[in-house]
Amino acid sequence: MNPKSVLVFIEQNDKEIANVSLELICEARRLANQLKTSVSAAVLGFGLKKKLDVLAHYGSDEIYYVEDKRLEHFTSVPYAKIIAGLITKHQPQIVLFGATINGRDLAPRVSAALSCGLTADCTNLQIGDYNFQGKTKENILLQIRPAFGGNIIATIVSPDCSPSMASVREGVMKLSTPDQNRKAKIIEEKCELAASDFPTEVCEVVRAAKSVDLKGSKIVVAAGMGVSSKESLDLVKKLASALGAEIGCTRPVVDAGLLPLECQIGQTGSTVRPNLYIACGISGQLQHWTGISESKRIIAINSDRNAPILKVAHYSIIGDLNDVIPKMLKGIAFKNTTY
Amino acid sequence: MALRIITLVKQVPDTANIPDNAMKPDGTVNRSALPAITNPEDLNSLEEALKIKETIGATITAITLGPPSAIKVLKESLYRGVDDAVLVTDAKFAASDTLATSYALTQAIEKIGKFDIIICGRQAIDGDTAQVGPQIAQKLGINQLTGVVEIISANTKHIKVKRIIDGGYEILKSPLPVLITVRSEANEPRGPSVKRVMLYKNITCKCNESYDEAYLHPEIGCSCDYIKQWNAEDLKADLKMCGLSGSPTKVKNIENVVLAARNTRMIANTAEDIGALMQELTKEHIIG
Repeated sequence: MNPKSVLVFIEQNDKEIANVSLELICEARRLANQLKTSVSAAVLGFGLKKKLDVLAHYGSDEIYYVEDKRLEHFTSVPYAKIIAGLITKHQPQIVLFGATINGRDLAPRVSAALSCGLTADCTNLQIGDYNFQGKTKENILLQIRPAFGGNIIATIVSPDCSPSMASVREGVMKLSTPDQNRKAKIIEEKCELAASDFPTEVCEVVRAAKSVDLKGSKIVVAAGMGVSSKESLDLVKKLASALGAEIGCTRPVVDAGLLPLECQIGQTGSTVRPNLYIACGISGQLQHWTGISESKRIIAINSDRNAPILKVAHYSIIGDLNDVIPKMLKGIAFKNTTY
Repeated sequence: MALRIITLVKQVPDTANIPDNAMKPDGTVNRSALPAITNPEDLNSLEEALKIKETIGATITAITLGPPSAIKVLKESLYRGVDDAVLVTDAKFAASDTLATSYALTQAIEKIGKFDIIICGRQAIDGDTAQVGPQIAQKLGINQLTGVVEIISANTKHIKVKRIIDGGYEILKSPLPVLITVRSEANEPRGPSVKRVMLYKNITCKCNESYDEAYLHPEIGCSCDYIKQWNAEDLKADLKMCGLSGSPTKVKNIENVVLAARNTRMIANTAEDIGALMQELTKEHIIG
């Protein structure tokens, strides 16, 4: 067991390991290679033993598995207590959490229990040095995140406490190719919690199958606040369906109730890397740009010629989307008839 | 027996509505030029507290941590119906990260002593961390229910809520005391009451050391004569846990983000040019 490992909290829902946890194992592998240490994973739940191999395939060296019927579904207090206990026992130097709803419920509780630093929603993690008051801390985790509505990018460090903890959203880190032959050591840990450690009673869980697959989509058509009416939203949807694309949007569109939360792209939503991203009536605030900047091609449609997105897209069309989209639809229809 | 509720409110710069005069010539934001508002989800959390007060009876104390000017968000809370307000302010708390912030607020909550429910917004729009609520719950050793969109029922012993999870929701029940964080979807927060604005618009702060429950007279409508102001010493705060020295996270550096311009191709808004672009993308197998 390596006392200075990079530990990943593995989120599971209905016995399925969350994608973000696999992405974080890959990122932990990259960081651990740089630090010449190992990758460990912490799994809490029930009946998951057969599911653990995939963690080894993506890069875990050790897997701490805590099995208890009461841990089948996530609740804050017992999960935080066990994770804090595992950290105290095994002393990792870095702990990563998926910035999911449950990950962001759990991580701050663990950070308060251990009095260590935590940075939410990092968009980039690096290893580097930190100079402060004439001293240098070498090889610590640089936690990079946008702040202040995306107008600044801050690099945060936790130099005087161990571990450094960070959360990262799904889709931000890339999955590497799994190695089916890779093996990890599974270390079963006992759950030594009392009934009083489980204050929350889970009465009901309703989880719908994902209806939107933004992350896996080759083409994304996204709506911003320029899509103010139902008619223009219908037009955006028509364009998406003509291209076989998924629909995405900015945060204000979700806040206005025009599209569901799962369509949100950007710092506080999904990160996408499609072959083509069509930004309809999106001004290009940084929070949003963070989630789309790695798209292979970007078409921006905006009636405001000063909209920042027009300067950073690959193709920019200045015009009202109600006027532009029909022309695009025609262009696609024309293609369909000629082939 | 009425419930004791504590709401936590934060004054934040309005990052969602950046006025033109707050933009500096280099394209970065002049933060001091932004209007200071009550964090939007804190108004949603306050609304939930007020609904509990209206249905089963409660006294509500609002607490904020911030500079003296943060009295504004306490007044906003008083205008909407809280019974009592506490301003935690001290230069020693400046530059606090989330952990040091949760320490200061926990000290203030412990000074108040009695509470059944602590309600706060899920996250503040200036940091979007959603960390302070759970950190306070851990420090107080109480349960937490985060990202709540509906309080289904509450009595003096239990609370039942609907909580958003990835891909759906769950219904959770917890004994009191508990800390709850509320999402914006929960409600449409009420505005200030004209009567209460008249009552509290000139309210001032007063430094005092003890927390005297005699100030809470919700039954007569007028509950507090002044806003209690507490500093680090009043909270018996350990200075090692406050401000910069109590903050394990440090900012290594900050970069203003300016989008790097690309060699953007301008496409004229004509059927010909747009049609040509669609064809070009088809030939490149990007679409189709």
